[in-house]
Amino acid sequence: MNWFRDKVLPVLTVVLAIIVMWYAGAIALNAPWAYDKATRTGEKLTITTLIVDTWTQDKPKLPTPDQVLREIWKTTGAMVLKGRGWSKRSLIYHAWVTLSATVLGFALGGVFGILLAVGIVHNRAMDMSVMPWVIASQTIPILAIAPMVIVVLNAIGISGLLPKAIISMYLSFFPVVVGMVKGLRSPDRMQIDQMRTWFASRWQMFWKLRLPASMPYLFTSLKVAMAASLVGTIVGELPTGAVAGLGARLLAGSYYGQTIQIWSALIMAAVLAAILVGLIGVLQRVTLKRMGMLR
Amino acid sequence: MSWVVGSVAFWLASWWVNTRLSAMKGSRIAGFIVPALFGISLLVLWEGMVKGFNINPVLLPAPTDIAAKFASSLPILWTDFVQTFVKGALSGYVIGCGAAFLTAIVVDRSPFLQKGLLPVGNFVAALPIIGMAPIMVMWFGFDWQSKAAIVVVMVFFPMLVNTVQGLQASDVMQRDLMQTYAATYGQSLRKLRLPAAMPFVFNGLKICTTLALIGAIVAEFFGSPIKGMGFRISTEVGRLALDMVWAEIAVAAIAGSAFYGIVAMIEKIVTFWHPSQRRG
Repeated sequence: MNWFRDKVLPVLTVVLAIIVMWYAGAIALNAPWAYDKATRTGEKLTITTLIVDTWTQDKPKLPTPDQVLREIWKTTGAMVLKGRGWSKRSLIYHAWVTLSATVLGFALGGVFGILLAVGIVHNRAMDMSVMPWVIASQTIPILAIAPMVIVVLNAIGISGLLPKAIISMYLSFFPVVVGMVKGLRSPDRMQIDQMRTWFASRWQMFWKLRLPASMPYLFTSLKVAMAASLVGTIVGELPTGAVAGLGARLLAGSYYGQTIQIWSALIMAAVLAAILVGLIGVLQRVTLKRMGMLR
Repeated sequence: MSWVVGSVAFWLASWWVNTRLSAMKGSRIAGFIVPALFGISLLVLWEGMVKGFNINPVLLPAPTDIAAKFASSLPILWTDFVQTFVKGALSGYVIGCGAAFLTAIVVDRSPFLQKGLLPVGNFVAALPIIGMAPIMVMWFGFDWQSKAAIVVVMVFFPMLVNTVQGLQASDVMQRDLMQTYAATYGQSLRKLRLPAAMPFVFNGLKICTTLALIGAIVAEFFGSPIKGMGFRISTEVGRLALDMVWAEIAVAAIAGSAFYGIVAMIEKIVTFWHPSQRRG
């Protein structure tokens, strides 16, 4: 019961407050259009009709949560029931396109980041020359080159999944490098000296001490990397001419003023992010528990 | 061919020098020269590869071409910089971070709200908020106001989470001491908890510098007046004028690093007492 009062109740309150603010915002933002319509048809708007109208417009400035949810159901569940779950109009298809590029980019970025971190920890020259650039590059808005990467790779004949995955990789490898370097260096002097007294080779030191010690850091940075990877994929989908993927849905929605479609793609992306980051969280729990590192 | 061989040789030579330099322990200058030399050698390698293999400038222009383009189109780059960075990113950054900071102080009085806001804020900070850019463009129009708006939304939650955490950073002993001095809530906030929160606040501010620039640039992909860094990048990519794109990226890189550097410098002045800022 304490758990409910200390954890669930506050979060529920905040979420509820956000939803209430959302509905209120929908009234405020959509009211001008409702008044506009009413004066044209010569109707008189009472409070109730105004609210009903603002919550049910076709192209509202701010759609209400239930409108968005209905749109999501229409483009996912309802289409699956009709057996067209993989058609190009279904959100599942677009989410899948985004998901596959995200995961591929995340995997590439993770592996590359870990390798770079191992090199940096073991080679002083590499540490001194590469590490400042890795940190400096984080202050650079890398996403700005996303359109260029897409177009250039397209020009040399690489298209589809890989260009987007490369952008995701680029975004997701930085947190992994920084986290892993920190993690691989986390064993303290005592532990390293202990390994030395056992005459451990560098190799053994790495596998038996540094790598296990780095696991908590690795998982924390993997979560950041996964979120960054998803952002990278979505931005990578913008300049491809709105073909497929959640980013393409956003762009198409903004071209045609389909606000409900934009919001449904956004919510879908949020759900995707939550699932992916949550999965890593579960993995983290299981791994650290088996290693006896979970406090 | 000589281009390729020469640049690779230069790269190897500089790597060898770096190995030597880094083996020398305790020299301050090496910490600056080694990364600089590495960066220069990468640029030379890039130049050599592009020249040596005759790579089409449509695919990858050489650094010297980019530098030439940069120098010849300074006025355009400057107007883009003002439009995107000063008007869009900076104003959004100030409004967003300021609002988040004030919100954190307001919520500070209610532990209940804090417990609710922290998980929600952490969750929202992991979401691809950049996707809200088209909505902001729809609400606030094509000009810089919509860019500032998306920057406000992007920086708000990371900043909020960091500040709320920072305000909890002072330990029980210190707070007890303030109580024995009969300090009021306002006094203990001003004299103990806000200063103690500064490392966290600046951590948030530093994260937000990058987010602000990214937000402002990407929002321009969804619609913008005929100036701005994001606008220039997307149109010049369409025209395959990649040297201009790279010049624009160089501006973004310089602006981003300088922005980060300035915030880090202010941090050094404000949190001089923190262990991470002391000289060992």
